[in-house]
Amino acid sequence: MTTAVLFDNVSRHFGAVRAVDRVNLSITEGEFFAMLGPSGSGKTTCLRLMAGFEQPSAGHIEIFGETAEGVPPYRRSVNTVFQDYALFPHLSILDNVAYGLMVKGIGREERRKAAGDALAMVKLPGYGARRPGQLSGGQRQRVALARALVNKPKVLLLDEPLGALDLKLREQMQEELKSLQKSLGITFVFVTHDQGEALSMADRIAVFNEGRIQQLGRPEDVYNRPKTRFVADFVGSSNVLSSKLCQKLGLTASYASLRPEAVAIAPASDGALSLSGTVAGRSFLGATNRIVVDVEGSRIAVASPAAQAVPEIGSPVTLSFATRDLHPMEDA
Amino acid sequence: MTVVAESLVLPERRSTAGRLSDFFWRHPRVLLTVLLGPPLLWLGIVYLGSLFALLLQSFFSIDEFSGLINYEFTLATYRQLLSEANLDIILRTVAMAALVTLVSAFIAFPIAYYAARYARGKWKALFYLAVMLPLWSSYLVKVYAWKLILAKEGILTWVFEKLNLIWLLDAWLALPIVGGNSLSVSYTGTFIVFVYVWMPFMILPVQAALERVPANLIEASSDLGGTPAQTFRHVLFPLALPGIVAGSIFTFSLTLGDYIIPQIIGSSRLFIGQAVYAQQGTAGNIPLAAAFTVVPIVIMGAYLWMAKRMGAFDAL
Repeated sequence: MTTAVLFDNVSRHFGAVRAVDRVNLSITEGEFFAMLGPSGSGKTTCLRLMAGFEQPSAGHIEIFGETAEGVPPYRRSVNTVFQDYALFPHLSILDNVAYGLMVKGIGREERRKAAGDALAMVKLPGYGARRPGQLSGGQRQRVALARALVNKPKVLLLDEPLGALDLKLREQMQEELKSLQKSLGITFVFVTHDQGEALSMADRIAVFNEGRIQQLGRPEDVYNRPKTRFVADFVGSSNVLSSKLCQKLGLTASYASLRPEAVAIAPASDGALSLSGTVAGRSFLGATNRIVVDVEGSRIAVASPAAQAVPEIGSPVTLSFATRDLHPMEDA
Repeated sequence: MTVVAESLVLPERRSTAGRLSDFFWRHPRVLLTVLLGPPLLWLGIVYLGSLFALLLQSFFSIDEFSGLINYEFTLATYRQLLSEANLDIILRTVAMAALVTLVSAFIAFPIAYYAARYARGKWKALFYLAVMLPLWSSYLVKVYAWKLILAKEGILTWVFEKLNLIWLLDAWLALPIVGGNSLSVSYTGTFIVFVYVWMPFMILPVQAALERVPANLIEASSDLGGTPAQTFRHVLFPLALPGIVAGSIFTFSLTLGDYIIPQIIGSSRLFIGQAVYAQQGTAGNIPLAAAFTVVPIVIMGAYLWMAKRMGAFDAL
């Protein structure tokens, strides 16, 4: 398997700020790779390092085996879908999509045909004559995608491309992006702060915090076995059991994560672990009820099926969960 | 909230100002009329009216013997305007205005680009100060200062001498048309002062236009394979064009109408502004002066129409 993008100890400093701090990663060709993290975590800077808008302060970047340092963006076969689309307001949609081919000197007829095909691929045939200002956010998003893909990039970078869309449209675009990636076979690198988006779309996820990768792995691993407290909290808001509770449960690790949906409000059956506490809060989330239980001063969230009865606030409850759902974590 | 209103609607305010606010809130059109009325009347009657009266004058003629104006419709004045001597004045002025505009745009663009893209905080303030500072001092003082700089015994000649480049200055002054006895009595001198005096009027609109170009459009062009030159040609320049056109309207029309700079610095040959000044003053030929002022109006109209045709305002 070919490595599409390789980061070897890459750092990017802005003055005293370490936006990216000694990041190592290797993205395989044809992979759907997500970079997940809160704003300011360095994920977008990593994307800009791949696009060539930033140069690393230290470390080494390779794209398909070739050194990327010092190579300007216009000489990389990498294209970007920008967060706010960055469509050229003075050009028609067709000219926007054909822009990359135009600057490469491809003839008018050929590039218009290619641009028309790209627009058809993103389900916007016949929109070529319009201006960006005349399209809705979702349509502009598709144009931005067509404009990048028409260049047949080796790596497509997507910077929070769905961030400005409403929920319904976002879900639809997630599926479309995923199937587009599968059919084209292009490496997608996707930046997002939405953990649901990363989990549902990506083959692998890198979770960023404060310029460093906290965990890199398949969505199931990142979700079920968070390595640090940050990942546990950021990806699906896991419960983090304090060292006191860990001791009480007979664990050697100082911290452990526990998914809200792995906990049941019921007396422990054979072989299960249990804790008792009082209900501190509850909220209705549609498919589930989120119940927060106070256990000796630390709070544990429980995702309880909506069909189940909801205990009153202040009432004592027993929480039970299987030993295998408890994942020991590294410190911090 | 400490005060609890007894009813939803607060009591009406008693003061005149308060009642006036309520009235304007209910009748926004009245407010608009009050605000826009006086300036529109001023513009409409005093300014446009006098302009129209002036244009009307150009269709009258002057009696060559008595020197009185003959109030009958005639195109004789326009025939006079297109005589060889007057046409010469028009062509000289338009060529100068076009050249001043072109060179101003070339000099202004990098300055405006730096200010819009890179200057922040203190540097931005410094930029505005540097661009505006020349506008604070009297126009006449600046022009006379330039006369001293450009004179034969002036500082520029001294600098050329010290650099052993006086042969270059002499060679330039020996050229036909642009040359002369010294820079201060040549078209080159007139040109330099025009460019200097109108430069802020080009820099500011271009800077405003460039400021409005989102940085990510430049990145997008680069990302799609556009070299810096292509990005400039296909993205930056078209988006800055409304600003350049706005700036060029200033530099072009200000040069077309100016009569002081060419009088103080330059050869003795007339520009449109000087011709208007002479015709309505010493010569007392108001119709011909009026016909001369029509020229810049027609030229500016044609220029704007062409700019629009070329799509200069598409990005607005």
